[in-house]
Amino acid sequence: MKIGAPKETFEGEARVAMTPDSAQRLQKLGYECLVESGAGALASISDEAYADAGVTVLPNAAELWSQSDIIAKVREPSTDEIANAPEGKTLISFVWPAANEEMLASLNGKNMSVLAMDMVPRISRAQKMDALSSMANIAGYRAVIEAGNNFGRFFTGQVTAAGKVPPAKVLVVGAGVAGLAAIGTSTSLGAITLAFDVRPEVAEQIESMGAEFVFLEFDEPAQDGAATGGYAAPSSPEFREKQLAKFRELAPEIDIVITTALIPNRPAPVLWTADMVELMKPGSVIVDLAAERGGNCELTQKDEKIVSPNGVTIVGYTDFPSRMATQSSTLYSTNIRHMVDDLTPENDGNAVIDMEDDVIRGALVCHQGEVTWPPPPPKVQAIAAQPKKTAPEETAAEKSAREQAELKKSLDQTAWMLGIGGALLLLVGTVAPASFMQHFIVFVLSVFVGFYVIWGVAHSLHTPLMAITNAISSIIIVGALLQVGSSSGIVVVLAALSILMASVNIFGGFLVTRRMLAMFERS
Amino acid sequence: MSIGLVTAAYVVAAILFILALGGLSNQEKAKRAIWYGIIGMALAVFATIGAPGVSAHWLLLLMIAIGGVGGYIVANKVQMTQMPELVAGFHSLVGLAAVFIGINADLEMSAAMAATEAGPDAVKELAGFAATIAKKSAIELSILKVELALGILIGAITFTGSIVAYGKLAGKISSAVLTLPFRHQINLGAFALCVVLTIMYVNGAGLWTMLAVAIIAGAIGWHLIMAIGGADMPVVVSMLNSYSGWAASAIGFTLGNDLLIVTGALVGSSGAILSYIMCKGMNRSFVSVILGGWGGEQQASADGPQGEMIEASADAVASTLNDADSVVIVPGYGMAVAQAQGSVSELTRKLRAAGKSVRFAIHPVAGRLPGHMNVLLAEAKVPYDIVLEMEEINEDFPETDAVIVIGANDIVNPSAQDDPGSPIAGMPVLEVWKSAQVFVCKRGRGTGYSGIENPLFFKENTRMFYGDAKASMDALLPQIS
Repeated sequence: MKIGAPKETFEGEARVAMTPDSAQRLQKLGYECLVESGAGALASISDEAYADAGVTVLPNAAELWSQSDIIAKVREPSTDEIANAPEGKTLISFVWPAANEEMLASLNGKNMSVLAMDMVPRISRAQKMDALSSMANIAGYRAVIEAGNNFGRFFTGQVTAAGKVPPAKVLVVGAGVAGLAAIGTSTSLGAITLAFDVRPEVAEQIESMGAEFVFLEFDEPAQDGAATGGYAAPSSPEFREKQLAKFRELAPEIDIVITTALIPNRPAPVLWTADMVELMKPGSVIVDLAAERGGNCELTQKDEKIVSPNGVTIVGYTDFPSRMATQSSTLYSTNIRHMVDDLTPENDGNAVIDMEDDVIRGALVCHQGEVTWPPPPPKVQAIAAQPKKTAPEETAAEKSAREQAELKKSLDQTAWMLGIGGALLLLVGTVAPASFMQHFIVFVLSVFVGFYVIWGVAHSLHTPLMAITNAISSIIIVGALLQVGSSSGIVVVLAALSILMASVNIFGGFLVTRRMLAMFERS
Repeated sequence: MSIGLVTAAYVVAAILFILALGGLSNQEKAKRAIWYGIIGMALAVFATIGAPGVSAHWLLLLMIAIGGVGGYIVANKVQMTQMPELVAGFHSLVGLAAVFIGINADLEMSAAMAATEAGPDAVKELAGFAATIAKKSAIELSILKVELALGILIGAITFTGSIVAYGKLAGKISSAVLTLPFRHQINLGAFALCVVLTIMYVNGAGLWTMLAVAIIAGAIGWHLIMAIGGADMPVVVSMLNSYSGWAASAIGFTLGNDLLIVTGALVGSSGAILSYIMCKGMNRSFVSVILGGWGGEQQASADGPQGEMIEASADAVASTLNDADSVVIVPGYGMAVAQAQGSVSELTRKLRAAGKSVRFAIHPVAGRLPGHMNVLLAEAKVPYDIVLEMEEINEDFPETDAVIVIGANDIVNPSAQDDPGSPIAGMPVLEVWKSAQVFVCKRGRGTGYSGIENPLFFKENTRMFYGDAKASMDALLPQIS
């Protein structure tokens, strides 16, 4: 069978679905490869390079569409392309079936089998053909580069002979593939990077990339990304409020904001409102990777770069992968190649569409005159459900909240105890003579001092503590010393015995403690 | 020395004692802290000896000298592993001294009363403590009597309780729990009797009531500690520590001596906190520990754990250790009994020299004293920064290649988490079974000190390494490369 890659017709699209490299691999699978002349030009791939790789270069799209059995494309086909397409072809490209139901119908009208690269289920086996991730990765990287391009300062802090340069502060909103790629790029450029996501389980990933997770104090049952195929789900209004409040707090100190928050099949949530833009310093940059779906920033203009009245640049490009056409073509064509690999179980150049295969079935949106979208739920759980952590890790803020609660509880307790203790004290005071009360005050204060001092003692020193308190408790010798001078014989004998015993304790206790303490050594 | 000077010395001594306790917050400061304690004590003793009204210097110096020599000998002779019983034994001395001083106070009081009745001339002849008493009003005397009774009561409980604790820890008394029928009622009755006797005493009954209180309280102390199981001994020792402090405090009230009150209160609260920390470590309430041991009313719900204990030879253990990258050693009382800490230290040194990560996991109630294991390991020159607390290391067990449990049982018992009917249910334990391989070094097949079956021994990744802990470790040493 023949696989052909036409030149993309979409305005400004520079990517191509086949590279000389991927063509060679496809040929090994038994396919013949075709390419429209000039298809790779914008991705810096010449027709000669294709020809050298054994690809037949065809002069125009019509030729390619008619000769190929399988058409590999990047963007979804335009109305014209569909109109001109011959019947019964197999098409592999981005389709976005949820947004393009009409197009789906017309593709089906042409009796095409359509595999949507954007519908590849997110399971481990299908990662190699997950074009969304590979494109998002590029978009994340490019977003930082784009931001840097529009930002008038260094990313990294420097101390130079010409003065000190503070590091840039970057906030990445949404830690999906694009977000994580942006974090990685930003931290490796040396910026202080903060990141936010509604899914607390990604905090670890964020931290692994070297950014700081922006924590929200909110006790809603945590979103489980695994249930939604690794994507975020819409959050509750209360949560959103908290989130916006946090962003508002951060806005004045952030130099670069990169928003990547998308919720499947919904307009992008507005997370960076106009007033936050106003709070930002002039010269700051916002790169909105969600511009395609309306943008995370309220002021974002799709496909445009604008400057807000207070001098904040807002980049709303939607073609970041296309802006890095060479790289994205390489990755995308590899994704396509893997897809074709899965379609060709016998390696004989014949594509077989296996409806039992979860990956193929998921991506398949039209087949044999039927619209097969949406697919049935995959047999394999989208992402292995994460084992519920018995004790979710405490973030710093949770910890401080818990400690505050504990402190409050203990303070409440202390208040009660003080109240009761005070009342008792007063009661004693009404009957007891002054001489007793004097001693009693000393006693109560000492108990308090004792409590405070002992709480600070290290765990490992508890045995020495007991030995030393034991030694100190032989202070009772003082009592015996005071009595030994009595005129009564019995008293003298008993007091003398007490002195004897107490001094055994004094010497023994202190010596033993010293022996113990002398042993503690550091390695 | 004038009274003012003595009081000043007392204040300094009290401050030094506080510094001594506070200094134990870390290992480095601790070595200085002990000197604060020693200087404080010396100051207190010499100030008192020099105080006006204290006579018979030759006698008291002789007694201090004899006692000092005795203490010196005992302290130097004792093995580190015998530390728990030594501390318990020392407590009994303080308790007995408190009883004696209390009785003395009563005798002096009678003398003072007699003198007051005889007339002002007789009062002038009174010496020391009796002279101060003679100046007291009736109500002050009543309070004095209550304080005195308290001192004797607590002192006597401390005395007999400590002796029993000493016996149990030293193995001279069976560590099994003594459960007399109606034991709570007996304790309560005896205590009520003490209260009645005290009331009689305050109202004028003679010395005999106090002697009776001493005897009854002694019986309470004996019975109370007999009813507490071996595994709870750490709590008992620190509780007795606390009691000895309260006894000193009560005597301080009787004698009107603030230094005694302050120091007693410090010691008392210190012991109380230690007991509390340990009870928390075992997830048990203080009252339940004090009122009785395990195994009485509570019996494990399930039948013994199912399965087979699989034995491992020293060769097998050594080869696993040679292959392991990370090793955690969990020491328990068995290590102390067998004096194996030196061999364990040597094993640690060899494993570390081979580039393996070796750490120690210490359960808060491992051993018979709080911090017991730390002291032993420190004695054996195991660096204290690889000796970790339970919370610090519990999460790391799944990534650990090999765990060696040396003479520990309850602190690694999974039924604390799995079996709600277990007597130790809810007690935090070291989750050694999550590691790749567990070796349990144990003398024999029996259950441990507390007599609770341990399902850990039957787990698939557990191998039993029978034998005396020291002999077993020594057998391993030549085979570690």
